Amino acid sequence: MRAGSWQKFVSLLVWTGLSLPLLIMIGQAITGHLGPDPAKALVDSSGLWTIRLLWLTLAMTPLRIITGMNGWVRYRRRLGLGALFYACIHLSCYAVFFLEGEWVALVREIVKRPYIVVGFMAWLLLLPLGLTSTRQWQRKLGHNWLRLHKAVYLIAFLALIHFIWLKKLGIWAVWPYALLLLVMMALRTPVIKRAIQSARINK
Amino acid sequence: QKIAGRKGGANTTGESLTPYDSVSTYNNFYEFGLDKEDPAERSADFRPDPWRVTVDGLCNKPGSYTLEDILKPHTLEDRIYRFRCVEAWSMVVPWLGFPLGDLLSRFDPKAEAKYVEFTTLEDSAQFPNQKSRALDWPYVEGLRLDEALHPLTIMAVGVYGRSLPPQNGAPLRLIVPWKYGFKSIKSIVRVRFTATQPRTTWAMMAPNEYGFYANVNPAVDHPRWSQARERRLPASLFNPNWRPTLPFNGYAREVAGLYSGMDLRRFF
Repeated sequence: MRAGSWQKFVSLLVWTGLSLPLLIMIGQAITGHLGPDPAKALVDSSGLWTIRLLWLTLAMTPLRIITGMNGWVRYRRRLGLGALFYACIHLSCYAVFFLEGEWVALVREIVKRPYIVVGFMAWLLLLPLGLTSTRQWQRKLGHNWLRLHKAVYLIAFLALIHFIWLKKLGIWAVWPYALLLLVMMALRTPVIKRAIQSARINK
Repeated sequence: QKIAGRKGGANTTGESLTPYDSVSTYNNFYEFGLDKEDPAERSADFRPDPWRVTVDGLCNKPGSYTLEDILKPHTLEDRIYRFRCVEAWSMVVPWLGFPLGDLLSRFDPKAEAKYVEFTTLEDSAQFPNQKSRALDWPYVEGLRLDEALHPLTIMAVGVYGRSLPPQNGAPLRLIVPWKYGFKSIKSIVRVRFTATQPRTTWAMMAPNEYGFYANVNPAVDHPRWSQARERRLPASLFNPNWRPTLPFNGYAREVAGLYSGMDLRRFF
């Protein structure tokens, strides 16, 4: 396959992958296959996909370091926007289906359930990253663009805390995600990065 | 299968029943898996028959009893109870069982016995998630003896007039309707009478979050979430079915006396 058509194929794959969870959720909602607690099922699955896509976004740089191929980074923006998209679905499903738009209840819940504050903060921080993800904004912000987008590490940390906090078993229920994040962060540190790169070159 | 020869029970909750389909597909039973649908989907290898229960500790008739020994003298009755999970969802379920007190008195507890401890089967061939370290297996729960002997407390063997499916705790489980669901231990293989408070699974795992008593109490929040209200299942997308949680899950008139003089914020 030529490089161009290979890229198109991967691109199509990414788009399909990004929309599939949403299509499945909609399908389950229409056919009544969300179970006895459908609002929670939608909130849970959109939240889980937000985390998965955010983690995938963060995996592109480590994958570039490990494989030495730059192609990975091409999909980073799309995956990040996908994470934001599912985060928006997560929040709106929570507000509309779970709380029935009862805003007094929302405020009361937020005060009593700190994990909601943490999750909301993560969404709030992710929003400007999504809005400034275009090339124009990238040019306009110059060096500051990179600085701003470093916020993704804080966002991932907040998302993880939110995830751990809402599970009855806490860290025991989400340890694979915590471990993966730790590994991906470790791979970015200059020491490890250089070690991997020189090992590849010396091969 | 359908169970014949039982006493009918009135619906004293005044609320509509949660359908069998919801009761048997939305379960917390971490021995099968952590997701609500895991217990129904991953219980194909579970064998509730034959079944034995070991009875020991401070009683005059300890021993190993078959399920038939356990059930024989008792007349099964339908009991329709509210069932409130600590995760803030609830159901109304027609259980089939008999008063736990009738069973415990057959083992003739000694005067020193103040508590009774129950243990779930430990066998990773039947409980796939027991291969993981999610909880400290086997699952252990316990009651103060007066709670165990209270007429509302039952040993359940069925739901909706038929024997319990594995995901609901076959073949033998506790139902303590004024406590959070995790107290109502499933698939019991051991009953032990003790003088001291048993070390129960969730209370050992996170003592600041789950107490030994675990009485349903809207005034005492779980540190991570409110207990003031609950979602009655099944809910629908445009109706999450929230309702206020009642003290002792609506059974305060019957059981509040068990805790007179106790600070329920401390003994949560």
